[in-house]
Amino acid sequence: MLTTLTELTIVGILILTLFAVLGLVLVFMERKVSAYMQIRLGPNRVGYKGIAQTLADTIKLVVKEGLTPNGADKFLFNLAPFIVMFGAMLLMAPIPFARNSQIWDLNIGVLYITAVSSISVIGILMAGWSSNNKYSLLGAMRSGAQIVSYELSAGLAIISIVVLTGSLKISEIIASQETGWWIFRGHIPVLISFVIFIIAVTAETNRAPFDMAEAESELTAGFHTEYSGMRFALFFLAEYVNIFIVCAIGATLFLGGWMPFHIGNWAGFNHLMDFIPSSIWFFGKTFFLIFVIMWFRWTFPRLRIDQLLNLEWKYLLPIGMFNLLLMTIIAIMGWYF
Amino acid sequence: MMDASVISFYVISAFLLTFGLMAVTAKKIFRSAIWLLFSLVGIASLYFWMDLQFLAAVQIIVYIGGIVVLIIFSIFLTQDSGSALPRAIKSRKIGAALLSVFGFGIIATLLARTAFVETTTPMDVEMKTIGFKMLSLGGDGYALPFELVSILLLAAMIGCIVIAVKNIPGKP
Repeated sequence: MLTTLTELTIVGILILTLFAVLGLVLVFMERKVSAYMQIRLGPNRVGYKGIAQTLADTIKLVVKEGLTPNGADKFLFNLAPFIVMFGAMLLMAPIPFARNSQIWDLNIGVLYITAVSSISVIGILMAGWSSNNKYSLLGAMRSGAQIVSYELSAGLAIISIVVLTGSLKISEIIASQETGWWIFRGHIPVLISFVIFIIAVTAETNRAPFDMAEAESELTAGFHTEYSGMRFALFFLAEYVNIFIVCAIGATLFLGGWMPFHIGNWAGFNHLMDFIPSSIWFFGKTFFLIFVIMWFRWTFPRLRIDQLLNLEWKYLLPIGMFNLLLMTIIAIMGWYF
Repeated sequence: MMDASVISFYVISAFLLTFGLMAVTAKKIFRSAIWLLFSLVGIASLYFWMDLQFLAAVQIIVYIGGIVVLIIFSIFLTQDSGSALPRAIKSRKIGAALLSVFGFGIIATLLARTAFVETTTPMDVEMKTIGFKMLSLGGDGYALPFELVSILLLAAMIGCIVIAVKNIPGKP
């Protein structure tokens, strides 16, 4: 029992540290990528090439006063950011960071991810309602509608990979990509589900071009208008950690997770690739996907709420369903590599 | 001797019951929905405690991601969710109390009469087994109930569309 407790404590501390580091790195990356896309320098004063900028921002947020609006439901208002954080933390459990390093390899793996990722919408709705602010409420309702509808497409895209592997267990999904990543082996249908997955998770994490929930120009800041100081920082952190998580899941399902780049039975080539550590493969793929999602932000203009719902219900969902059917046929006939 | 598993069972149950009670006594309708949510999370954690991972995940997807979000949306759209609910009138209170005692009595007698047999064989909760059972036509398969539920859901969906469809101008 004591060993279990020690293990739990160590894992807890590691996850908290990972959260903090991810927050710092991703916010810095977002600012540098934005700057690069807009041909400017970005933060470059604090530390070497601005590397300590986010640390300075964090200190600023910590020392700021956390305001609570007068008419707010105080308890729920204070609870909401923690619910969002809690959801993000639970999602860390089944993610394989490298070979043999996964906190909890559940039997239901990807189903757990789909289930737990729906918790954060509750936190957002709670924040929007308890702020007693019309902008917050509108933002929360938009966000709720958006997350609930795009969950379906993301789920269908995930299921299409499950059809190919025949397992929900994350470790088995990765092991099935030993002879090549699914995105290459599953050709057309996997490519379609990959595109749908990336679009859906961009919407689920409320990123531009689907950031109607925050929409600075229309709703001030959406559901977190009334939040300040550390409570705002929690929302902010959860958003970035969620981006990391969905990209990690995308990398695991479609790009093989920590599995190095293997081609069929080219033993020599595969062996050469194995020399690159598995953690580098995992983080490399994940950060590549994060970069793609950041790229979207500076490429596409924001959609209107009706366009957003049309995109999901009239295009992505039917395409996703048809693609699942196609995938099932391909998996049964064995028409993949 | 209390081991960790027994302690966690009592902690989860206490959590579940407390929030269940709070859900029915809350003065604001939105708070009530949130307490209901917590008590549903408690049920999901009980499933996890029993190692029924699939059921736990389904509990979270259906109840937390689906039903509670739906409840919250309907509260937002229909109720004056910020103000406290009016106090219930006395006759209703008495009726509700009688009904609850009655319901509790039924469940208590049912539990007392059922002989629970302790199983020794570990349960097979492998996803594949569940999937095959769900679609098998044999004696222990669930293909018929599965199809019945799909027909029910289809009917519900058609009903929703009929209610939600816009009237075409010029036609009654």
